[in-house]
Amino acid sequence: MDFIDYYKILELDKNASTDDIKKAYRKLARKHHPDLNPNDATAKKKFQEINEANEVLSDPEKRKKYDKYGKDWKNAEHFENAEKQQQQYGGFQGQQGGAESFGEHDFSDFFSSMFGGAGGGRSGGQAKYRGQDFNAELHLDLKDVYTTHKQTLTVNGKSIRLTIPAGVENGQTIKIAGHGSEGVNGGPNGDLYITFSVTNHTKFKRDGNNLYSTVDLNLYTAVLGGEIMIDTFDGKVKLNIKPETPNGTKVKLKGNGFPVYKKEGEFGDLFITYQLTTPTNLTEKEKELFTELSKLNKNGN
Amino acid sequence: METDNLISVQQFCIHHNVEFAFINSLNEYGLIEVTTVEETQYIYKGQLKDLEKMIRMHYELDINIEGIDAISHLLNRVDDLHTELTSLKNKLRLYENE
Repeated sequence: MDFIDYYKILELDKNASTDDIKKAYRKLARKHHPDLNPNDATAKKKFQEINEANEVLSDPEKRKKYDKYGKDWKNAEHFENAEKQQQQYGGFQGQQGGAESFGEHDFSDFFSSMFGGAGGGRSGGQAKYRGQDFNAELHLDLKDVYTTHKQTLTVNGKSIRLTIPAGVENGQTIKIAGHGSEGVNGGPNGDLYITFSVTNHTKFKRDGNNLYSTVDLNLYTAVLGGEIMIDTFDGKVKLNIKPETPNGTKVKLKGNGFPVYKKEGEFGDLFITYQLTTPTNLTEKEKELFTELSKLNKNGN
Repeated sequence: METDNLISVQQFCIHHNVEFAFINSLNEYGLIEVTTVEETQYIYKGQLKDLEKMIRMHYELDINIEGIDAISHLLNRVDDLHTELTSLKNKLRLYENE
């Protein structure tokens, strides 16, 4: 646990007036406040530092104690005891605020050691606050999100049975209302936000509701036409190949793509690209026949 | 009309220690929606998260209503761009490892 220079954090010198501290705090808080920097962990951490610095320097009693013991903070308690703890630092156990509120911050070990607990935020008596929101990430396989399924999650010790609709996207966030932390003083509960991280281990590529796949097509079928069986995401389907099908031909299989999110029974499309394979390890007879063919069509087209 | 999903503005102002005029200004700027049921003004519970955020901006960061309005638009824009970025990242996967 290291000493924290609160003056440095607020970019102030030790002679800063109360007004200077207020101005410096507000300037930096506006820059780094989590409300203004959503999903930015660096800003959140910086804001916590700024808030903690302000918590100490804007409070004359705390500032006095901080200035008095400063780097010698480890012995502060000892010194305090020696002074018979003439007064306790009351009023620091303020109302806990809602998510990202000023009353709800993680304080450093240094702060806790010196001042013993979290600081208070802007509060008005028995203020009702909405509970803190929770954020969670759920890792799923693409196969998992092909069908609607139920899953039990444990969030902050509580089990939540969740229905995950088919077709959720990688990176998509859903809100589960009321499953965040409990509200303060009868305020409503916060919400739970779940972000899905969907990994794809299949041979299909996904773009929204559409799937893409490349299928090998042998030369003879491509030239003469025929039938092939191909894999769809949940089975197999027979395809007719037209004679003289060029390499790279794309076909659309309507309704064989991925389920459309929250639209039961609706599916995107599957796009197949044919990739011609050249025969290898030809026998002498095959070589003869290809040679004969090449004589018939010298340009090969 | 059911008021289960509504919070009385008066109660909200008392509990959060904010002036009614502030809520009224947010309503006038279209940042929240205040509804009246039997002569009592309410806000929707679903707006609470945004409303508390706006209260923090105003009372703790000293940002005026015009600033909150601008910030709200920009945050919505950030949110849209974030969604677009996620969608583009997913699309990019189509061309990776080809």
